Amino acid sequence: MTRPTPDQSTSDQPTPDQSTQDGPTSDQPAPARSTSDRPTPDRPTPNQSTSDQPILEAREVGFTYRGASAPVLSDVSFQVLPGRSTALVGESGAGKTTLLRLLLGLAVPTAGRILFDGTPLSPRDRGRMRAFRRGVQTVFQDPYSSLDPRQRVSRIVAEPLRSLGLVPAARWNSSAADLRVAAALEAVGLPADAARRYPHEFSGGQRQRIAIARAIVCEPRVLLADEPVSALDVSTRVRVIDLLAELRESHGLTVVMVSHDLAVVAMLCDHTAVLERGRIVEQGDTATVLGSPAHPYTRRLIDSMPRLPVT
Amino acid sequence: MSLLDVTGLRVRSAGGRDLVRDLSFTIGPGERLGLIGESGSGKSLTALAVMGLLPSGMTASGSVVLDAPGTGPSEVVGAPERRLNGLRGRAVSVVFQEPLTALDPLMRVGRQLAEPIRRRRRLRGAALRAAVAAALQEVRIAEPGRVARAYPHEISGGQRQRVAIAMALACEPALLIADEPTTALDVTVQAEVLALLGGLVTARGMALLFIGHDLAVVSGITDRVLVLKDGEAVESGTVREIVDAPRHPYTRSLVAGARHLDSALDWTNR
Amino acid sequence: MRPAMRVAASSPKAPVPEAPAADAPARSRWSATLVAGCVLAGLVVAVAALSLLWLPYAPDDTSGDRLMPPGAEHLLGTDKLGRDLLTQLMIGARIALTVGAGSVLLGGVLGLLAGLAAGFATRWLDDTVSALLDILIAFPTLLLAMLIVAVRSASLGSAILAIGLGMSAIVARLTRVLVKRVLAQDFVTASRTSGTSWPRVVTEHVLPNIWPTLLVNLALQLGLAVLAEASLSYLGLGPPPPNASWGRMLQEAQATVLTAPVGAVAPGVLLVVLVIGVNLIADGLRDVADPTRRRTR
Repeated sequence: MTRPTPDQSTSDQPTPDQSTQDGPTSDQPAPARSTSDRPTPDRPTPNQSTSDQPILEAREVGFTYRGASAPVLSDVSFQVLPGRSTALVGESGAGKTTLLRLLLGLAVPTAGRILFDGTPLSPRDRGRMRAFRRGVQTVFQDPYSSLDPRQRVSRIVAEPLRSLGLVPAARWNSSAADLRVAAALEAVGLPADAARRYPHEFSGGQRQRIAIARAIVCEPRVLLADEPVSALDVSTRVRVIDLLAELRESHGLTVVMVSHDLAVVAMLCDHTAVLERGRIVEQGDTATVLGSPAHPYTRRLIDSMPRLPVT
Repeated sequence: MSLLDVTGLRVRSAGGRDLVRDLSFTIGPGERLGLIGESGSGKSLTALAVMGLLPSGMTASGSVVLDAPGTGPSEVVGAPERRLNGLRGRAVSVVFQEPLTALDPLMRVGRQLAEPIRRRRRLRGAALRAAVAAALQEVRIAEPGRVARAYPHEISGGQRQRVAIAMALACEPALLIADEPTTALDVTVQAEVLALLGGLVTARGMALLFIGHDLAVVSGITDRVLVLKDGEAVESGTVREIVDAPRHPYTRSLVAGARHLDSALDWTNR
Repeated sequence: MRPAMRVAASSPKAPVPEAPAADAPARSRWSATLVAGCVLAGLVVAVAALSLLWLPYAPDDTSGDRLMPPGAEHLLGTDKLGRDLLTQLMIGARIALTVGAGSVLLGGVLGLLAGLAAGFATRWLDDTVSALLDILIAFPTLLLAMLIVAVRSASLGSAILAIGLGMSAIVARLTRVLVKRVLAQDFVTASRTSGTSWPRVVTEHVLPNIWPTLLVNLALQLGLAVLAEASLSYLGLGPPPPNASWGRMLQEAQATVLTAPVGAVAPGVLLVVLVIGVNLIADGLRDVADPTRRRTR
């Protein structure tokens, strides 16, 4: 099922040229750029202009499940500035999933607040929520659970357009929607004929591309990604990271990623916050946090990353 | 003399598709071999074939000879279930990826662990309880008493995997097969479990067949690596040879991917 | 369910997609199963339809000799009262279909609504609905039927009401589980984060993903409903004569099954034909609806 392709990378570091379980399509998605041509690890700080108004902000956020005594999250504060991709690093039990639900407006914090463009999110304000939904889209960890098995890819990818009313509701399968779906599929490196297929016809990596296409079809500003590559094999993982990095530049996306994989974090994010048991123990520029960790837990995370033998 | 000698192994699905083709490798006593490949490469099926545990419908052909001290050389392929039961545990035992499904959810951890110890060492009563506690201590479980009384869902994923390792070791196998034993674990827990596994294998002089998809993990715990792709071995060699000078294009892409991720960690000072 | 997939990069359980040929011709939507089901069920429907237009004898015509074997005058013979068996059988088909369809419709709609409510509900509401459903399931259909008959009277409608209500609890419980399972999937969360309203989530994702399983269950329930009608009729709680029912025919033929087997065999065979036919249709529809099965087989 895997077939070799000509090496498409022109950068000094070869990108793996095979994907795991290629589905029926003959696509070898070729991201235009590889993350490897980004500045080397010792680059200073974000390479994009940042403004002072955060798109998304958590201000002293706490969350306690009803009936539970201990909070899942306490006093979590961070800002997502435009163009400054942010990682929330932590392991199971750190409260990552809960934090993500809060950031998505699927749950309301029991303390503190989540701000979008400077104003607090309120599920009751429909107009604001629509603007928020349009501005913040999501990619999930498990590409097998995140696509409805009974819908064609065209319908899956078009869902945000329909739900947000970005295409005429009466005839959502209008050519306007089709064009945007096709553009999104192209942007993630899938062939146009992918639109009329069903998710099961695609491999894990390709499914994740479909999920990314769905997330970018309404041109959001923020992409919230929940462990977007941890369910994928290593070489597929690299390709999907490359894709996210490329979209970040080409679509002006700010990536907010929840992950435990520091390698992925280092490749994609400018800012890193480390969560341990519901608290942020350390945050700052990724280079600083990973290069000279101040907190013992960060140190432990770094030391735990499996490494290749030193050459 | 080798402990495990696999020659021309072929695993065929019920539909007649070859899932593993013409696979040959050997593991000597105390050796550590890594089987690396991505999903669908046939690496887990290979492990199951070595145990004689292929899912019904799948058939193995070729030869898998286990030659452990005390059991004598035995052909696994085509062996009757009774013969295999004698080999499982003593000659070879396995740690699976998902410790929650590997343990019986309705049985207390201590009782599950006691079963193989009782069978292997013929202990009873207080001696058996002491052996269980010792086994839990050996896998560095902090509170062996509490964990022994707990049900699998009451302990953490890392602890469950430690218990699974303790169960695999209870029969004192000559060969331990570890099938992605840390994929389901957190990074810090993975590091601890890998260190534990490596230490125990060394301390007991066991051989290890480690199956994984992550080159960084596999290379850390094994000496030799066999690269599988679509059911076929494409390359084998020492960890150094594979990581430093991969020859096959597939291995090269695998190594390039791992290197790419690894280099991202150069932010950090090793 | 693939909880393990969340963490498993290459779990052996991971569904490795087989690669179907990209240019596989679109399979015919009419599978052999569906055709066979339609033929079998169609047979019973045709018999029932015919009974509306033409009957060999009047339903209450007892002029024939008792327990006649099949012959030219009475194609299937007569029962112990001298009634024509074919006539009874044809009317019975109509009753069976009416009771089956009526109770499945009633039980299906009620059950689906209750199941959806319970599936979406959280905590106490879910617990309450589940407890009510358990009580209803534990409550014997026969007892329910007796209560209904006591309030109303023994009629086709009462039978449908009793069977339908009993069925709705089973359907509701199944629906609840299916709904919860779908709601736990990431694509529902993805849908919500796209701003999709709950009603839209139901029509877009929940119903399309649960109806195939539900349909197969309802087909099974239809068979059970016909059987339940038989026992109700036996107890005198079913539709009264001259509405002949297969169930009552079976009961009446019981005593003479060795001497005049046709009376028991004929309704039995038609019952089996109907149940198998409906199940095949449900299977066939499920296959057609499932893109995974449709493409890769």
